[in-house]
Amino acid sequence: MNLVRSRRRHDRTGVWLSLPYVIFFLAFVAYPLVFSFVLIFHRWNIITPMEWVGLKNFERLIADPLFYRSLGNTLTFLVIHIPLQIAVALGFALLLNVPLRGRGFFRALYFLPVVVSGVAVTILWQQLYSYDYGVLNGILASVHLPPVPWLVNARMAMPSIAIMATWKNVGIYIVLFLVGLQNIPRELYEAASLDGATAFRQFRHITFPMLNPTVIVIVVLSTIGGFSLFIEPYVLTGGGPMQSTLSGMLYIYNQAFYFGHMGYAAALGFVYALVILGVVLIQKKVIEREPAT
Amino acid sequence: MRKTIVYGVLAGGAILFGYPFVWMMVGSLKPELDISSLSLLPSSWSLHSYTAVLGKIPLARAFLNSVLVSLATTASVVLFGSMVGYALAKLNFIGRKLLYVLILFTMMIPFQITLIPQYILMVKLGWTDSYLGLVAPSMMSAFGIILFRQFFMAVPQALIEAARIDGCSEVGILVRVIWPLSRPVVLTVGLLTFMTSWNEVLWPMMVVRERSLMTMPQIVALFTIGGEAESQLGPLLAAATMLSLPVIVAYALFQRQFIESMASSGVKG
Repeated sequence: MNLVRSRRRHDRTGVWLSLPYVIFFLAFVAYPLVFSFVLIFHRWNIITPMEWVGLKNFERLIADPLFYRSLGNTLTFLVIHIPLQIAVALGFALLLNVPLRGRGFFRALYFLPVVVSGVAVTILWQQLYSYDYGVLNGILASVHLPPVPWLVNARMAMPSIAIMATWKNVGIYIVLFLVGLQNIPRELYEAASLDGATAFRQFRHITFPMLNPTVIVIVVLSTIGGFSLFIEPYVLTGGGPMQSTLSGMLYIYNQAFYFGHMGYAAALGFVYALVILGVVLIQKKVIEREPAT
Repeated sequence: MRKTIVYGVLAGGAILFGYPFVWMMVGSLKPELDISSLSLLPSSWSLHSYTAVLGKIPLARAFLNSVLVSLATTASVVLFGSMVGYALAKLNFIGRKLLYVLILFTMMIPFQITLIPQYILMVKLGWTDSYLGLVAPSMMSAFGIILFRQFFMAVPQALIEAARIDGCSEVGILVRVIWPLSRPVVLTVGLLTFMTSWNEVLWPMMVVRERSLMTMPQIVALFTIGGEAESQLGPLLAAATMLSLPVIVAYALFQRQFIESMASSGVKG
């Protein structure tokens, strides 16, 4: 009897403790999700009444060159950012995995850009990238190389942002690779050395395949990060030159807040969410299937 | 020999990741004409850049707004996260499995889909241009709940049974037995939330137009793209320094916890 009552009592406690989250979920997750399905079929500037337009937002989206431009820009970003990120992070992680004095200090320093505000980092890189007075072109000039139009050339601007984003985030991925490296059983290396495998072959056949789960995490997180790119182009280039750094998130923001096209912005967000889920699913499938050579 | 090379590359990395910040801070203290030089030794020190930027934008007020918003968000995420996390880990109740599935589902939704509807909700509630609007949608975090749940799963059931036998109420167990044990996970979730909230800029750019309510990253971003900086470098670097310094100080104090919490947030992917 007593047992039953006690179970029922903490039955109710569980409900009470969860109730705030349930309310939060209904208000800020479920309702916006449901409302997005309404919004994408309407034209609305928030001020005048909503107007049902059926599939017009999607017809417009399919024919919108700026949508494709923003999608292409995001892909350009990812194609540079992800391999660069993995290479730099893995390189530093392998060095920091060597038992050396002071490696904790280096790890902490490499992690510093991760915690600092993206706005501050962007201001900093705006100065480093400046064509006439920038530090980077100053360094190039001191070794008699021509200046690079980091942000002023439409071909260079997105790659420049990808380099900056790599610099900012690589610290997380160094740490993730270090965790991955420490999880590889030592016996594998011992057995390989007994068989006479060179350091390179050990890396190729043990280290790299064993890091596969870490690589998946890094690819997925970088992809989600790439699709969220907003403040960097907003501050650095405003989406230019010639729309070359207009990111998906920046385009959604502009549609909603410069033009007041709430329905169209919601439709863009909807399509982008589907694209993100699709890309991430494909990435997971492809990397997981890669044979452990 | 190999050791020397490794140290050489690591030192190169230290310059790569550390030097820009040092350059930024020193630059903010240099006279305007000196800044673009690579040197870290200015011809003279000057606070001119700071007085200039503080005279142009209400940065002190923005700092206060950021502190308020970040602290309120952090306190709320930790409080509610520990409550739900405890219920999920240790209590049996109707709908527990469903709740857990919903929380995992929440973490998988790309935010792009809910962003605009969330903004419209703020407009309907009349919460734009208010602290409530800044804080409300991040008051609870699915990921925070999951971290708390994981931590509480490892708490021995015997400890809870013992408190129950001693006549402790269920809420009393949470407050007097569980919370005192939770320092590590509170620190992990707290630091992660504080940092994310302090650096958040997209949401404030959506819900706040009024200058006196802007958060620090928001007002600094608008200062940078607006004409107010008058293409002077010094005030920009001063603003960036003031924006990054609080997190850098927190990082210096809790370096290990920061790295661990970010690493744990990476594992969720």
